[in-house]
Amino acid sequence: MKKEFYNIAKLVTQNSKVLDVGCGNGELMKYITENISKDIRGIELSKSNVQKCVEKGLTVIEGNAEKDLMQFPDGSFDFVILSQTLQAFLDPENVLNELLRIGKKAIVSIPNFGHWKVRLHLLLKGTMPVTENLPNEWYNTPNLHMCTIKDFENYCKKRDIKINLKNLKFQNFFSELGIFILEK
Amino acid sequence: MNKFKDIKKIIVEKPLKLDCGQTINNYPLAYETYGKLNGDRSNAIMIFHALTGDQFASGINPITKKDGWWSYALGPGKAIDTDKYFVIASNVIGGCMGSFGPSDINPDTKKPYGTNFPVITINDMVNAQYNLLDYFKIEKLFSVIGGSMGGMQVLQFVSNFPNKALTAIPIACTASHSAQNIALNELGRQSIMADRNWQDGFYEEQNKQPDKGLAVARMAAHITYLSKAGLQEKFGRKLQERDDLKFSFDADFQIESYLRYQGSVFVDRFDANSYLYITRAMDYFDLTKKFGGNLSKAFEKSNTKFFIISFTSDWLYPTSENRDIVIALNAIGKNVGFVEISSDKGHDSFLLDVPDFLNTVKYFLNTSYKEIK
Repeated sequence: MKKEFYNIAKLVTQNSKVLDVGCGNGELMKYITENISKDIRGIELSKSNVQKCVEKGLTVIEGNAEKDLMQFPDGSFDFVILSQTLQAFLDPENVLNELLRIGKKAIVSIPNFGHWKVRLHLLLKGTMPVTENLPNEWYNTPNLHMCTIKDFENYCKKRDIKINLKNLKFQNFFSELGIFILEK
Repeated sequence: MNKFKDIKKIIVEKPLKLDCGQTINNYPLAYETYGKLNGDRSNAIMIFHALTGDQFASGINPITKKDGWWSYALGPGKAIDTDKYFVIASNVIGGCMGSFGPSDINPDTKKPYGTNFPVITINDMVNAQYNLLDYFKIEKLFSVIGGSMGGMQVLQFVSNFPNKALTAIPIACTASHSAQNIALNELGRQSIMADRNWQDGFYEEQNKQPDKGLAVARMAAHITYLSKAGLQEKFGRKLQERDDLKFSFDADFQIESYLRYQGSVFVDRFDANSYLYITRAMDYFDLTKKFGGNLSKAFEKSNTKFFIISFTSDWLYPTSENRDIVIALNAIGKNVGFVEISSDKGHDSFLLDVPDFLNTVKYFLNTSYKEIK
């Protein structure tokens, strides 16, 4: 399992009620179900991924996070997880608002466009950075709204969203991923 | 009726007040079971059939000598594994496979009820079938499962008996019958009623059968169970045993011949009045009505774990209507999963060999069963 998933799972409280938005093939959900909380379900857009979740015996709802989060009432989950998909939404701001409405806490991870490798790539090569975490070219990337950890922090400040972040400068330069717990 | 003398049935003594106001009692409810009930009676599943189904879901139907309607899904080692689960299927009241229906003899007139049979609803069907839980002394069902009208019964069952089923799988259904579907059912009913042999519903006492009307109803309905892409792929403009058009009204095209065949075999196994009564029950189905239009309220008292399944090419009970049920359940924080299966086989997909669908049912049941063991 990806190291990112262990780090996300660590943030989830035992036996809490969890929603994994864009749960992919269910890897993280399965880990949380087996080790942290059975009260978890996921939303996933891709039919083949939905089948993989079903095969793992997970509760999955086929759907689109940009439209389908509105059906959940306020505060209906202790944690809502969004792993590396925020930048791929048409309207990430709306998704963030929805996450913070339906979840008491939101765990959000983003690929950091401020990582030194990304900066160096653009500086030296003058082309859009292609890295391990950002493997696509500009013409086929699903990422519509890339940001840096610093951008994300600025956004949260502006919107009065509580964010757990230490050593911003260090992280913004050296972390390929930012994993945050957000609260309204 | 004589042909039903060897099939299993219970006589329900307990009076049932129907939605139409009439009360029935001492009525027959025909059923079939598959698999074995375990020691603590925790492995029972009730399945509900669709419009033209019956209790013979798997194996060979002893009356029609054809495969049961859910042979792909139900049986040893299959999605609903009868090596593991005890499955109860019954014929709905209003039906024509041994349960109380319009061709039964009215004790007052000594003649078949015909259209003097009371109009029944999905709610009535489910309340009648509930008696089988008492009969088999089952405190709690492991699951309730059904597609199409069977799915409506699943929803009604959970709403009526919120803590009698641990899991529920409504498939390709709706919580409220749409105008389009009422229209299509009305087309079928009018076709039957337009047949001179229908005789206002009293055809049996005159030894007549409205076969033509019933066949046309079936043909029209059959189209709605398929999809445009599926029809095009299977039939296209292929001609039926001829090299060119005949410039007549014979069945030139394979699709015509296919539909005529579907109509002709249907009249051998189905009763025209049952078709009227059951389609009426579907049209009257609106689970939200009792709850001021709020579907969530129908499930408020339930802890049943749901898994809802729809099919991409089903235009009769489209994904959007299935998703409305998901939305209603999520709105009150209930446990619900949902998938839309890719298939070009239309509404009929739930009856056919659609691997992703069958796997979904299988994994959901098996995982849920492990959780209770």
